[in-house]
Amino acid sequence: MSRNMKKALLFVSTAAALFASPVAAQTIAITGGKVVIGDGSAPIEGGTVVVRDGKIVAAGSGVAIPAGAQVVDATGRWVTPGLFAGFSRIGLVEVEAVRETNDSSASSGDFSAAIDVAPAINPKVTPIAVNRAAGITRAVVAPQAPASIFAGMGALIDLGDDYDAVTKARAFQFVELGETGSSKAGGSRASAFLEFRNGLIEAQEYARSQRPMQMRPHDALLTRQDAAALLPVVNGEIHLLVHVERAADILNVIKLRQEFPALKLVLVGVSEGWMVARQIAAANVPVIASALNDLPSDFEKTAATQSNIGRMKRAGVTVAIGMINDSDAHKLHYSPQYAGNLVALQRVPGATGLTWDEAFASISSGPAQALGVDGMLGSLRPGRQGDVVIWDGDPLELASAPVAVMIDGVQQPLDNRQSKLRERYRTPQEGALPKAYER
Amino acid sequence: MKYGFTAPLAAILVVGCANTTSAEGPSGASNNAPKTAKVSFDENPYPSTYKPYGGAPTAIRNVTIFDGEGGQIDNGVVFFSDGKITAVGDANMAIPADVTVIDGTGKFVTPGIIDIHSHLGDYPSPGVSAHADGNEVTGPVTADVWAEHSVWPQDPGFSRAMANGGVTSLQVLPGSANLFGGRSVTLKNVPGRTMQSMKFPGAPYGLKMACGENPKRVYGSRNQKPGSRMGNLAMNRQTWARAAEYKARWDEYEKKGGTPPTRDIGMDTLKGALEGKIQIHNHCYRADEMAIVIDMAKEFGYTVSTFHHAVEAYKIADLLKENSICSAVWADWWGFKMESYDGIPENAAIIQNTGACTIIHSDDQDQIQRLNQEAAKAQGDGRRMGFTISDATAISWLTYNPARAMGIADQTGSLKPGKMADVVLWNANPLSVYARPEKVWIDGAMLYDFNDPTRRPVSDFELGQPGEGDTK
Repeated sequence: MSRNMKKALLFVSTAAALFASPVAAQTIAITGGKVVIGDGSAPIEGGTVVVRDGKIVAAGSGVAIPAGAQVVDATGRWVTPGLFAGFSRIGLVEVEAVRETNDSSASSGDFSAAIDVAPAINPKVTPIAVNRAAGITRAVVAPQAPASIFAGMGALIDLGDDYDAVTKARAFQFVELGETGSSKAGGSRASAFLEFRNGLIEAQEYARSQRPMQMRPHDALLTRQDAAALLPVVNGEIHLLVHVERAADILNVIKLRQEFPALKLVLVGVSEGWMVARQIAAANVPVIASALNDLPSDFEKTAATQSNIGRMKRAGVTVAIGMINDSDAHKLHYSPQYAGNLVALQRVPGATGLTWDEAFASISSGPAQALGVDGMLGSLRPGRQGDVVIWDGDPLELASAPVAVMIDGVQQPLDNRQSKLRERYRTPQEGALPKAYER
Repeated sequence: MKYGFTAPLAAILVVGCANTTSAEGPSGASNNAPKTAKVSFDENPYPSTYKPYGGAPTAIRNVTIFDGEGGQIDNGVVFFSDGKITAVGDANMAIPADVTVIDGTGKFVTPGIIDIHSHLGDYPSPGVSAHADGNEVTGPVTADVWAEHSVWPQDPGFSRAMANGGVTSLQVLPGSANLFGGRSVTLKNVPGRTMQSMKFPGAPYGLKMACGENPKRVYGSRNQKPGSRMGNLAMNRQTWARAAEYKARWDEYEKKGGTPPTRDIGMDTLKGALEGKIQIHNHCYRADEMAIVIDMAKEFGYTVSTFHHAVEAYKIADLLKENSICSAVWADWWGFKMESYDGIPENAAIIQNTGACTIIHSDDQDQIQRLNQEAAKAQGDGRRMGFTISDATAISWLTYNPARAMGIADQTGSLKPGKMADVVLWNANPLSVYARPEKVWIDGAMLYDFNDPTRRPVSDFELGQPGEGDTK
């Protein structure tokens, strides 16, 4: 036991010593590691990553170490961009079933599309620290639909240990148009699609009503706030994330652009996407998909297969992995495991997986691309935010873990409530005093 | 087998219809029967009709073997014939002529994976309300229900668990809404027309019990007892006290004869648990509640086989070891309800390192497809805190340990001669995310082969649906 303890302590101190001080305004060069850019390109052995003033300056082989840079030796380790959770509810929830700690949905509130998750994000919920320690640095955070198909506006956040979590508020509107949408709209998809069209039309009417001598129609269903919130959707100023699973629903969502041509559609879930992959690709609509759905868990997923993402990718669809209604507030660290499974599929006859490089991109640059922020996030290409993770092994492997995490160029603490419980109960027996005195 | 009743033993207990008591009470015939012809009842009224499907004698050579009991053989040979493991050895082991030989270079063999906690069939896909048959939520004490009576053999989850997870046996449990949820059933993971044709021959029954939030929430919200954890315990104790009386009445009758006691189907199950014939599988999250259950078991003279979920088992791993109770846990589930708040990914590793029985379970139609991966995560987290956990040990969490806790370790769960040839050939180390089952044998019958689409089960439900027969 004491030898184990020493080994563990040694490990912790090595990780802590990687960076001298956690400040952004300096130049850091991470050298010698296997560098993954995250844009789908192949890993680079013995590469260098340079971060200055919180941003990536350069990454790859043959990168010069700037004079005065703090050099971090990552020999034998992997260096990657921070992982980007493509769809989540992290930051909104402490304990899922404890209503008071769960801000993901306002099922009995008065508003829908106007709901903005940003003020509900709490950077100090324990899932943020736990997922940060697992290498997740950014996340798409979507509200859950209240009594409407319009769930409200989601945000892009970082998982840093500070109060400045929201990278981009009101980044997108989230809408349910499959089975969930049907039930929100009173019980049919026909009603759900009508509710959608009505919402967008009311947004346009709302815009007109702001002109002199104009008024909203008296039979408007949406509150003023909700109608106003849908205006940037119909105008294509913010993304529209639509959750659908079955192939027919996917095609019907794509068709909505005939009536509302400016929609910046992103499909979410999409378990049957492979069946209409050509059409999705032709419509140039990115997808944030569940990675491993392979059961007809409901009738809208009868064709679900783990080959879904691989087949869509081969058809030319831009695909990222998301945790759609799948431990979406606590276990975003499943996304590298899911990505690894898609790599495994390459060796299953008849299945279609992703290459390792594609799989990693689906949890780094993929979500950034889908949300149109890949110029800023999701890879180690120059100019991106300095989100860097140093791993003790292949980041998609089950036994691997980060040894250091940087967000916006700032080294992050990796301890959290779970690691503290672990250390307290490393030996379950009590010592001279009760466990409450051990920390 | 320690507690189970085998098919022949059960047959001895069966007496003629005329003498069998019914739920309404003893039949007239038994009242007039002489003292020597005591009333008994069939303990196995829905018997297994499962028959192995047969397969060629097969040797897998040049393969890395995890034997399920913590042993590893590199460059080894596994040979099975007539549905049983015949021999397991190193490269020098002789392979008989005229058998199918598979080259396992770069590949791995494990016993068939066993999930001790599943609701497949009882909560099948598609998860429509017409299929929600896993909880008898009409009362907190339903020891009378049997999970096997809800199993829908068409659940596509069975074949996914086989093809993607190498699962060859599973225990289907009632849900955790009730204090006494009812009897579990152990199945061989073979497609079948009927539940009976999937039923693991001779496996003992289990009794599902539940601690904590679920029973008190479900019934408390209806203004019924139990509405609190103390209410949970009060009802548990009252029920066990009645079961002890019921058992005493039958014991008295067995000894002295006379009028047989009135049959109570639920009490039959509890009596079986008190007699050690039925294993207790107790859903329990918190350490403090598990400690109370351990005392309750002592109070009424039964033993707990396994705490299920046990997210705080790491806090009392010493106590669990002392009481020889297994913990069936997830690798890293936490935070979904208050009693799961203290879940940590090192739970399994600390239990193992303390020397207590460790099992990885799924309780989930998706994770049952990758129990090997869950074990690998738990192993990695344990190693990172400095514990030594071999690959072969991590594999025992999904094979031999659950087999022992389910009372089937004499038949399956490890690659020992004479046991059922439940075997998985993996295309890489199953503790790698890049591994998948290549072939799965159940009792020596090859029921999955990823190279052969005709060895890929497709349930009735999936016929004629989009994606029928696809790789899943």
